[in-house]
Amino acid sequence: MHSIQHFPLPTYDFVMHPDSSWLIENARLVDPMSGLDRIARLFVLNGCFAGIDTTDGDLPDHLQRVDASGCIVGPGLVDLSTEFGEPGREEDETIVTGTTAALAGGYTAIALSSNTDPPIDTAASVEFIRQKGARADNCRVYALGCVSKGQNGESLAEIGSLVEAGAVALSDGPRAIENTALLRRALEYCGMFDRVVFDHPEIGSLSRGGVMHEGLEQLKLGLSPIPAEAEDLATSRDLRLIEATGGRLHLTSISTSGSVELCRRAKARGIQFTSGIFVANTHMCDEQMRSFDANCKVNPPLRSQDHIDACVEGLRDGTIDIISSGHRPCSLEKKMMEIDAAPFGMIALETALAQVVTFLIRPGILTWPDAFRKMSLNPAKLLGQSGGTLAIGKPADFVIVAHEKQWKVDATALQSKSYNTPLNGSELFGLVASTFVAGRRRWTVNSIPFRREP
Amino acid sequence: MSQQSALAVTTQNALSNAPRIPDSWGHKHLLGLEHLTASEITLILDYAEFLHAATLNGRSKLDLLKGRTIANLFFENSTRTKNSFSLAAKRLGADTVEFSSSGSSVAKGETFIDTAKTIEAMLVDAVVVRHSSPGTPHMLSNHLACSVINAGDGPHEHPTQGLLDMLTIRQHRGSLAGLTVALVGDIAHSRTARSNIWGLLKLGAKVIVCGPATLVSKNWEKLGVEVSYSLDKILPRCDVLNLLRIQFERQAIRPFPSVHEYTLLYAMNQERIRRSKPEILIMAPGPINRGVELTPEVADGPHSVILEQVTNGIAIRMATLWLLLGVNAQYPALPTSNV
Repeated sequence: MHSIQHFPLPTYDFVMHPDSSWLIENARLVDPMSGLDRIARLFVLNGCFAGIDTTDGDLPDHLQRVDASGCIVGPGLVDLSTEFGEPGREEDETIVTGTTAALAGGYTAIALSSNTDPPIDTAASVEFIRQKGARADNCRVYALGCVSKGQNGESLAEIGSLVEAGAVALSDGPRAIENTALLRRALEYCGMFDRVVFDHPEIGSLSRGGVMHEGLEQLKLGLSPIPAEAEDLATSRDLRLIEATGGRLHLTSISTSGSVELCRRAKARGIQFTSGIFVANTHMCDEQMRSFDANCKVNPPLRSQDHIDACVEGLRDGTIDIISSGHRPCSLEKKMMEIDAAPFGMIALETALAQVVTFLIRPGILTWPDAFRKMSLNPAKLLGQSGGTLAIGKPADFVIVAHEKQWKVDATALQSKSYNTPLNGSELFGLVASTFVAGRRRWTVNSIPFRREP
Repeated sequence: MSQQSALAVTTQNALSNAPRIPDSWGHKHLLGLEHLTASEITLILDYAEFLHAATLNGRSKLDLLKGRTIANLFFENSTRTKNSFSLAAKRLGADTVEFSSSGSSVAKGETFIDTAKTIEAMLVDAVVVRHSSPGTPHMLSNHLACSVINAGDGPHEHPTQGLLDMLTIRQHRGSLAGLTVALVGDIAHSRTARSNIWGLLKLGAKVIVCGPATLVSKNWEKLGVEVSYSLDKILPRCDVLNLLRIQFERQAIRPFPSVHEYTLLYAMNQERIRRSKPEILIMAPGPINRGVELTPEVADGPHSVILEQVTNGIAIRMATLWLLLGVNAQYPALPTSNV
């Protein structure tokens, strides 16, 4: 990498809290970094992980004990594809409501989409996100900066200023970077700051106006098509540009068998990049559109089963590194429009882990260490941030999951300000019992003011 | 029946020799033909013929739906379908209210659901809805207490059109089973094509979709439909041709080079009639583009049943309204303001 200057990553000074020392007992501890996966006790001192299996004699008096029998404890989840509406679309989600939803879903850090109004394309707007995130004081909030000015896809945003203000990576998501010349420049330019460029792979000239995955279901429903090759071609182009520029790229949202195969071959050839998938695309199929529920209108679209199977295989064999929530809230009135006019998106922060438990872990596709690697360690590493581990000395961002607990999704009872999930009414396994950020218990299903009971 | 005075035809004796409605019939909405059974489709066709005769071939009125109100809620322009539904409602004694609203929710600033709820709050018994976006009637059926009838939702379905096409064929051939019916033209954007495909397959016809490859997906074969790009090749085998309108308004990029080239390949003209079966039926859902899908000589020629389709449309819509509203004679609950 041709770095010309060292830009320190932003750090978060969470105030040391008197209640940030814990002993979590009887839980199955899963640390994807060290490979730890066994029942043990986890000792947290003053907001940092302080030991595993620490003997009683070495424990201070002032810590709080939690009996987490039957639960799994792992590093807090880190999300790369979260969109809120603040600033500009606060009717969808604010940083306060969204970060509360994140905690409820077991996320201790989120990288916020630059897709706001105005978009996050200036140092001031990055600062706004960071301050709002700090003030909300829920999970850690990182800002993604725009790749292009105003997300217009034409000219580079002031990436140096964005990075200096604290942007952890650059993204025009959920828009694709359609202009190939712009993407090439962005990959070269961002290399100077050692930041990753995110791209949502989609060739708009093939998919524009589309509503759902092109195929038999789409043919029956008469909805406008989004063909799989619109994604395949973009993935192929992106991979070639990474090779040509040596830039760092993250494919935010692959969903087709073609993309998975392209990524698999590229990795085999040693090309360095990461690929992500939105949790919905790991198990939800285009047949769901038969309900004409606008909440099923998402991008990437819900694909046919053969694509889902290919993605699941990609998750299993490590081709797909990261599972993101793809959280995209839309206020009720927007999803009450006809399906052609309704915006894309579903909320997912509060269901993502349960979706992974129900559809990937319980069927034996992923192990718990795999899941924490793809939802916590890999995204944290990509951002160059702490997290993704229970290692001693690191900030104690972790989650307690009642993994056998079944619960029913009630969209109106979720913390998110919007209700747009097609999973409303579904029974899922895996309930987030508590979420800790820097050793502070910021979410627990038993405590006031949080409503949900275990 | 024909000796009776029109005014004397009352509910009681009008239904005395009506087709029997099986107990399993419990439909409240007509959203499409995909989810109807063959016997349910046949029931609607039988009822259409029965009500057509009972109204003295459309020259008198019944009072079967007296006191009921049908709202036509058209978000997309229409003259024939809207008037056809209105006439059908009036011939059964129902009142109608017309509501036209062009443009999408975005343009109007009111969601179509709110528009429909406003109409429903005027205490109507059924909403006949047309919209450019697929699924709109299905979404309404989840939000309204009254019956919802799909009068065309984008390229998805147009069930009464499919039914009237089948009724027209049945009247000429006695049965649909074993017939070869070709749908020609813009299959991709045609709701008429989809409703015809579902209905024809269920009633045992062989279905061919024929048109430019850009408008005819190979995926139709997965449903048991034959796919062809050459009208001339399939022509000798066809009993019925249904010539679909080219929907220029739904096409972002024109899927064929020119209208001229389209007419060379797919327009039905006198020369092609000579190469067809002698008893071929020429149908078109209309409005027809004379000179594009078919020449005036064919449209007005002896094989054309295009105007019979229009007449049958009213009969099909009477049957639909009666089977949805009349059989289960409970009035819907008052609308609520819940989402």
